[in-house]
Amino acid sequence: MSLFANRIYSKTITSLPTLILFLVLILDLNINIIYKNYDFIINFSYIIVFFWSLKKPEHLGYGLIFFAGIINDVVQSFPIGISSLDYLSLSVIGAFIRNRIVMYNLIYDWVSFLIAILIVGSVNYIILVTIFRIPIVYESLILGLFVTFLIYPIFFKIFIWIDNMMLVTENDKKNR
Amino acid sequence: MGRDDFVISARSIFLNKGNRQKFSLLTLIIVSIIILSLEYFKTGPVNQFRIFAKDVIFKTSYFIALPFSSVKNTYHGFNDYLKIYEENKKLKNTKLNIQELKFENQFLKEENIRLNELIEEKSLFSDNYHVTKILLDQESPYLRSIVINKGFKHDIKLGSAVRSGSYFVGKVVGVNYLTSRVLLINDLNSKIPVIIEPDGTSAMVSGNGSKIFGDIEYLPEKNQVEEGHIVYTSGTDGIISSGIPVGKIIIKNSQKSVRFFTDFDQIKYVKVYFKK
Repeated sequence: MSLFANRIYSKTITSLPTLILFLVLILDLNINIIYKNYDFIINFSYIIVFFWSLKKPEHLGYGLIFFAGIINDVVQSFPIGISSLDYLSLSVIGAFIRNRIVMYNLIYDWVSFLIAILIVGSVNYIILVTIFRIPIVYESLILGLFVTFLIYPIFFKIFIWIDNMMLVTENDKKNR
Repeated sequence: MGRDDFVISARSIFLNKGNRQKFSLLTLIIVSIIILSLEYFKTGPVNQFRIFAKDVIFKTSYFIALPFSSVKNTYHGFNDYLKIYEENKKLKNTKLNIQELKFENQFLKEENIRLNELIEEKSLFSDNYHVTKILLDQESPYLRSIVINKGFKHDIKLGSAVRSGSYFVGKVVGVNYLTSRVLLINDLNSKIPVIIEPDGTSAMVSGNGSKIFGDIEYLPEKNQVEEGHIVYTSGTDGIISSGIPVGKIIIKNSQKSVRFFTDFDQIKYVKVYFKK
């Protein structure tokens, strides 16, 4: 590969978390499921923000997370700033766990993710319902968070694979 | 964990910018809260800026989503193409005298105008409409809406009716300079006054999130509504014009609901009504 192509490739690989987050929000890839009388959403953006804030915050800047939240609010017609607050709260929890833990494993991450989304979901619910009077079905919210929690390991594996690709690219860069 | 450890951790999380980070988390959280509190201002320069920001984000999102939406449209187009043969077969077997129906429709329209003149009823509604492209469609449990490519620059007002073909799909709930948000009839918060023909029973159609069915509310206890009856907008709210077809009544386990005429997955263009 030429030097230019190499540079493009390495830039794309290192920007993958940001690209995935923005595509999920702009293309509305958060899956909406209707089951019986419950209508809930699997929030992939929570998984992306939490994972990268926990593992490699240098690949998903806080400024970009904030901006992604603003885009989500405009697209979803939420009060502007609420998703930014959600995502940044997830980043805070991710950063806190990163500071306290030396060894990572899937189970520990998974449980931490559950706690994190429950906190963020509660803050989100309280603000939307009490301040902005937006009617949210509590059961749908909890069901959505629970399904998001269940699929975390799948994304964990995918993101670990992306992370390894990044490491290989970074090593190649250093060796050149 | 000691108290000092906790304080050091908290300080490092909130205040340190970290590797390749331009802003600290604390700064961004404060900015988010400030932006959120600006929602309080519904008019003035803050609102103008919000409208501008929404327009920019909607238009940019549309262009970014263009390659992906064209793939989706190609898929739907291909499916439609496969159905054409079957539809053509069916239509050949159906005897439709369109010309006769057109004349009958024209006669009824003219008669309606004459009768309205007799009772001196003023038309509150407008026949002007824009055919507009859908920029984004949203399907969250909190909101079923679409963003259209027309705003208050094109005389679009809050509450304007939106149709797909001849059928009612929703009403405008947010207007920006170049774009508007349309709340679809199947949204949980959507409540549309309707009339069920041929008996002329008044009711309310409310969305329940389903793309196919809507709930019928406030039906009189002794009603003559039966399966197959047609639901039209009643126009009693004074905003949405009357007589726009919404759907057909179906009865399941003695529960009456409306099956929408519109396939919400297939809408690409809509007609939005406006008054100059």
